[in-house]
Amino acid sequence: MQWFPLGWQHYLAGGLLIGAGVALLYVATGRLAGMSSVFTSSWSYVSSRAAFRQPRWLASRAWRLQLALGLVLGAALWWLLLGPAEPLATGVPAWRLALGGFVAGFGARLAGGCTSGHGICGMGSLKLPSLLAVLTFMATGFLTAMALSALGVAP
Amino acid sequence: MSAAIVTVVAGALFGFGLALSGMVRPEVVLSFLQFQDFGLMLVMGGGLAVTLAAYQLAPRWRRTPLLAAAYEAHTARMHRDTFVGSALFGVGWGLSGVCPGPAIAGLGTGNLDMLWVLGGLAAGAWLQGVFASGGTPAAAPQEG
Repeated sequence: MQWFPLGWQHYLAGGLLIGAGVALLYVATGRLAGMSSVFTSSWSYVSSRAAFRQPRWLASRAWRLQLALGLVLGAALWWLLLGPAEPLATGVPAWRLALGGFVAGFGARLAGGCTSGHGICGMGSLKLPSLLAVLTFMATGFLTAMALSALGVAP
Repeated sequence: MSAAIVTVVAGALFGFGLALSGMVRPEVVLSFLQFQDFGLMLVMGGGLAVTLAAYQLAPRWRRTPLLAAAYEAHTARMHRDTFVGSALFGVGWGLSGVCPGPAIAGLGTGNLDMLWVLGGLAAGAWLQGVFASGGTPAAAPQEG
């Protein structure tokens, strides 16, 4: 079998750029670039619940939205320079996107991180719980995707 | 103000990388989770290598960040919530093929299907916060 049927260079280059962004944020501001937190901190703008009103979310909600804006702008720049003429689209049906987002959103916030928060920032901080978190979500992600595939739910 | 600009620029590097590496395409992520394409390992490995170097070297190079008073520390902890939450996160990730960063960055590629994921992520984070607000202190959300 082929390990990288679509080639490997763009994967490595993209990963290095992601690391460059995370590194720049840390060197300049000392901040950690986990991306799931913005979905908790932004609720503090409209909700009075205690979990959303913690000082850490009130103090970080503005820069987390700035970072998210940067993600959108950076991806838009890629689309303009290197992407296809048409907007990107996916064959994954809406119910899977919405339900998967919901379960992943709940889980990432309970776990205190996602692929970036634990996978890159946590492992980059040499945190053992983050390594175990990554192994856990890789395992359940693999089982879920394989189960859907076995049931004939494409892609 | 300059911290805000650097934060947006750092995010733009991150977002460009997510798009260039194809992580904004759910099909690419699902092909990894189905063991058909191992590219995601290169993306995470490349990002991790640079991050590891920066996180370990920056505090030795300078006692404080360029534009702030202190470096923040990661708060990952050895707790049941970390593993229950990660197991659930993986199930959601395997269902959609999208994690939080690519859901946000995907909007920049014109992919409005990502609004479904963003709505789901926001709703899931809200429910977790509601549970944490009424539950034990141990269930409080953490940095990440």
